[in-house]
Amino acid sequence: MRPFTYLRARSPAEAAALAAQVSGSRFIAGGTNLLDLMKLDIETPTHLIDVNGLALDRIDTTPEGGLRIGALVRNTDLAADTRVRKDYALLSRALLAGASGQLRNKATTAGNLLQRTRCPYFYDTNQACNKRQPGSGCAAIGGFSRSLGVIGVSAACIATHPSDMAVAMRALDAHVETVRADGSTRVIAIADFHRLPGNTPNIETALAANELITAVTLPAPLGGMHIYQKVRDRASYAFALISVAAVIQQDGSGRVVLGGVAHKPWRVETAESAMAQGAKAVADQLLAGATPTPENAFKLTLVERTLASVMAQARTHA
Amino acid sequence: MDNRAPLPLSRRTLLIVGVVTATAMVLPPFISAKACAANAARPIKSSVSLSVNGEKRDLDLDTRTTLLDALREHLHLTGTKKGCDHGQCGACTVIVDGRRINACLTLAVMHDGAKVTTIEGLGTPEKLHPMQAAFIKHDGYQCGYCTPGQICSAVAVLEEIRAGIPSHVSASLTDSPQLIASELQERMSGNICRCGAYSNIIEAITEVAEADL
Amino acid sequence: MKFDTLATTNPIDQMKVVGKPTTRIEGPLKTTGTAPYAYEHHDVAPNQAYGVVVGSAIAKGRIASMNLQEAQSAPGVIAIVTAANAGKLGKGKYNTAKLLGGPDIQHYHQAVALVVADTFEQARAAAQLLDIQYVSSEGAFDLLSVRGSGAPTEEAPDTTHGDFAAAFGAAPVQFDATYTTPDQAHSMMEPFASIAAWQGKQLTLWTSNQMIDWSVTDLATTLGIPKKNVRLISPYIGGGFGGKLFLRCDALLAALGARLAGRPVKVALARPMMFNNSTHRPATIQRIRIGTTPAGKITAMGHESWSGDLPGGKLELAAQPSKLLYAGDNRLVSMRLCTLDLPEGNAMRAPGEASGLMALEIAMDEMAEKLKLDPVEFRIINDTQVDPVDPKRPFSQRHLIECLRTGATRFGWDKRHAQPGTQREGRWLIGMGVGVAFRNNLQMKSGARVRLDASGTVTVETDMTDIGTGSYTIIAQTAAEMMGVGLNDVVVRLGDSSFPVSSGSGGQFGGNCSTAGVYAACVKLREAVAQRLGISVEDAVFVGGEVHAGGNTFALHDAATAGEIVAEDAIEFAELSKQYQQSTFGAHFVEVAVDSATGETRVRRMLAVCAAGRILNPTSARSQVIGAMTMGVGAALMEDLVVDKHLGFFVNHDLAGYEVPVHADIPHQEVIFLDETDPASSPMKAKGVGELGLCGVSAAIANAIYNATGARVREYPITLDKVLHALPPMI
Repeated sequence: MRPFTYLRARSPAEAAALAAQVSGSRFIAGGTNLLDLMKLDIETPTHLIDVNGLALDRIDTTPEGGLRIGALVRNTDLAADTRVRKDYALLSRALLAGASGQLRNKATTAGNLLQRTRCPYFYDTNQACNKRQPGSGCAAIGGFSRSLGVIGVSAACIATHPSDMAVAMRALDAHVETVRADGSTRVIAIADFHRLPGNTPNIETALAANELITAVTLPAPLGGMHIYQKVRDRASYAFALISVAAVIQQDGSGRVVLGGVAHKPWRVETAESAMAQGAKAVADQLLAGATPTPENAFKLTLVERTLASVMAQARTHA
Repeated sequence: MDNRAPLPLSRRTLLIVGVVTATAMVLPPFISAKACAANAARPIKSSVSLSVNGEKRDLDLDTRTTLLDALREHLHLTGTKKGCDHGQCGACTVIVDGRRINACLTLAVMHDGAKVTTIEGLGTPEKLHPMQAAFIKHDGYQCGYCTPGQICSAVAVLEEIRAGIPSHVSASLTDSPQLIASELQERMSGNICRCGAYSNIIEAITEVAEADL
Repeated sequence: MKFDTLATTNPIDQMKVVGKPTTRIEGPLKTTGTAPYAYEHHDVAPNQAYGVVVGSAIAKGRIASMNLQEAQSAPGVIAIVTAANAGKLGKGKYNTAKLLGGPDIQHYHQAVALVVADTFEQARAAAQLLDIQYVSSEGAFDLLSVRGSGAPTEEAPDTTHGDFAAAFGAAPVQFDATYTTPDQAHSMMEPFASIAAWQGKQLTLWTSNQMIDWSVTDLATTLGIPKKNVRLISPYIGGGFGGKLFLRCDALLAALGARLAGRPVKVALARPMMFNNSTHRPATIQRIRIGTTPAGKITAMGHESWSGDLPGGKLELAAQPSKLLYAGDNRLVSMRLCTLDLPEGNAMRAPGEASGLMALEIAMDEMAEKLKLDPVEFRIINDTQVDPVDPKRPFSQRHLIECLRTGATRFGWDKRHAQPGTQREGRWLIGMGVGVAFRNNLQMKSGARVRLDASGTVTVETDMTDIGTGSYTIIAQTAAEMMGVGLNDVVVRLGDSSFPVSSGSGGQFGGNCSTAGVYAACVKLREAVAQRLGISVEDAVFVGGEVHAGGNTFALHDAATAGEIVAEDAIEFAELSKQYQQSTFGAHFVEVAVDSATGETRVRRMLAVCAAGRILNPTSARSQVIGAMTMGVGAALMEDLVVDKHLGFFVNHDLAGYEVPVHADIPHQEVIFLDETDPASSPMKAKGVGELGLCGVSAAIANAIYNATGARVREYPITLDKVLHALPPMI
């Protein structure tokens, strides 16, 4: 870990402005991923701007009947919020399926969205990784790929996004609010927030340099059954092999988003119109064009079966 | 079985030439190498004041110092363990401002003014905390290295259940979580015990929880 | 004390302290964080500097150049140790690969440098500034592809008995299958760590090590200094499982760093380096052939195994249990060692038996099914009370049948559906499995010193270690029983090379052997006490802090009023292990639930029944067994050091990538110990259980998964992707 200067910002706009002034700046909130990567010399900031004091830790009701979740709301608090538990159970379930109690107490809403991949080659600085070191190659392609992406991958990168929360956010059509160094703000739809790797897997989100997330908003509740099913090798404290986030209405219609299969939460809206035809029809459309490796091809079967299980649970409880 | 699908970009770019650089400078495009070089030349210190087990401790630390290393190397409170230093084992679990966290994944300077409770603050060999006594009684440990983290976590877990925070295995999100083995097992899963004392640990926590009812 | 005849009645048989469930005497320290582990001795040497290890970036080849300039000029850097400035280094007897590599590189993450700085932060940052250029060379990394090159070893020549080929060929029922087990990591919670301090030529090392004397010897050999100049201190060890049997790079580099820096240096290996830098349990390929009569009597037993290691390395003795476990007149047991350029393979908890029974006990399940026999009965039919290869040699004790029968009754085995995939609860498929546990009892010389002072306190000193096994407590129990005092009157001091050499902790021999050594020393102390008191030791009864003899009663401490009495002895084992085959036995019963949609397996119930000699402390012995069962769940379901077969390293080299079981994976576990004493093992009549508990449990889980789903998986770990094909269709 390289030496860095450290400063506590007093307002979101100030934080963004400060970041723009000092090259090598990074924002730090929970720190659970950033510090992990700094210790390994994967993240190398020279200046840390601590945003924990920015009072972005509230969950407010919006005029539209939705929620505005402050960027600094801890995963534990978001999962435990009574409004979230009642109306956005998918989000609670996704959060509670992730990490550990200790990590959820620290990790923030914005930081969770910005988690970097768990690809083991990304984590090992001796290995080629276009995400970590653009142009160096991808050791994962042809290497150990069991946990890696099956769709939306590129010749440069087959990493997956590790977040559970983001998968639920995608199903709930969340929006990400930000502030930039010049003080201007904008709203990014969650669908546009995470990027596919393409030729620039090092660029993971739509955020500009020094742009700070201030909140994530959820539209008014969708109703329906909320199910987040995470499939993994051990029963807890593990990243997903795949996950299925679903909101299913009484009439069988609904939304489905996959985790653990791509560089971003994977949703194909048109596939959702096939819900009435069953899991296979939905999975076929969701995963059309998938290019798995022999090691992770099982994810295609697993997605279909897990989706079928989720749809069966919805029918049982409907 | 060789599953190497030929792809345009080689993963072996570096090895093809037979030479790799062990620690090449890896910079995201938005960080200038110049700034890095400037900072590398000087250690940067920052003062921080912590309340550790009820005692005020003032420290002047390299900004890179984790809360874990501040406790272990600067305050010599070595009850908090370093198992992985990457948030993957839970041995470093401490309670900061009432919440359990991994002390390895947070910087000491980010906790100015915080109240930190470590294993040493829960009890002493002469005056054990009930959770410590229960771990001894139920043999909820073997090598003892994950034990302080398990105990700090266990104490916090009971608080979390009392506070109504749900877990992955809670059947209902809207009802209060139950004090049952499956809840404890899930909530304690961030604390790895390679000796495999889990079954006994759950019995120890259950006994303390039932005594508190 | 020479142990050369079967043990007769002795003071241990009183079982006033020994054999009683006893909480650990070091428990108050461990649970309050006040037991000091290797990296935590702040008070022993002033001005400790921090060392950070740099590992090789390639698997095989050489260092072309090393530019230390930037690191050397980084803030706080005091010294950088490399092979170029370390001086001539030898290699310890127990190390296969060099602990400090360069210019030649033998494996990935082999240590190539230690950066020493004033603070940990500075050392870590500077370590990331080393500029090392490598030239890679071709290596062999895939066991399957080099299997054909496997060679026999002197350590384990083939066992051939009768005519296996003919008997197998003629067997009315035949079974032939091949199994694989992956490389596995010890993943003990405390990383390798050492603090080194030199005083002139005298080196003191506070470290984390299971075998103090081996490591003193190997450190002296490696440094080229006399053994007497090295002292190792290792009172608390945060888990080892075989990973800390040997001198590792943290200890060597701390010593070298301290010498170069001219001040004490502390080194802990970073977790992401542990997996490739240190040792692991090697992967195996195992072919098992069993021939039986139609009624299920084994007539031919064949077990062949292949494993790999670096040149000069060791075999994984996976086929070894098949020499002894089941009857059968015709036998072939063979093991082959292949050369691989992966990190060093070596002992991990129950080396040989753990991997071997992962395969053999599935094979037995498969064969039972083929014979339409209950898997418990099939094993009982093939029990043997003698060494099947040398029938004149009986087992000293063998209660395997009782383990199986007791377990079957207690577990409700009769409720198991013999037909796989037929028991369902909602979305879960339910299955039960059984596996036999078997692990040989090893006897190692073990010494101890015992002191009696004027306060009546008995102090035991031995270089024995407690790696979580409960050594402190069973040693205290032994001394208390022998000297007739309470547990509170005994002080136990372990893990210091200035104490008498013990068996150390490994191979589940530590419990029996180290307490037998304490027994021997206490016999001497009793003699010395009797002499001081002017009584005959034959008449003396040591009880309640008193010594009774010839109608007189003395307080034990009276014997020491004229000065502390010190007695020292060692237990030395003679030929009884040749006369009797000494082994420990058990039976594991497991119930699993497999998610019918996803194939995720969750273990719902576990029971182990063990027959392992006298159980010295049922509390810690039970913990050893449940801990081993937990490790067996890991081996069955998730543990897999994944080899990148081109780059030649273990890819998932951290605790997020190498998954071991967490709380949520482990149900309440039950253990039953059969009442057994084994007079052939030692005066303690005890054997070991710490490794027994791991043997056979993974296969029991595999068999339960088969019973639940019909998926017979022969490649560990049994992850869901290997089960999916057998699951019922989803509607």
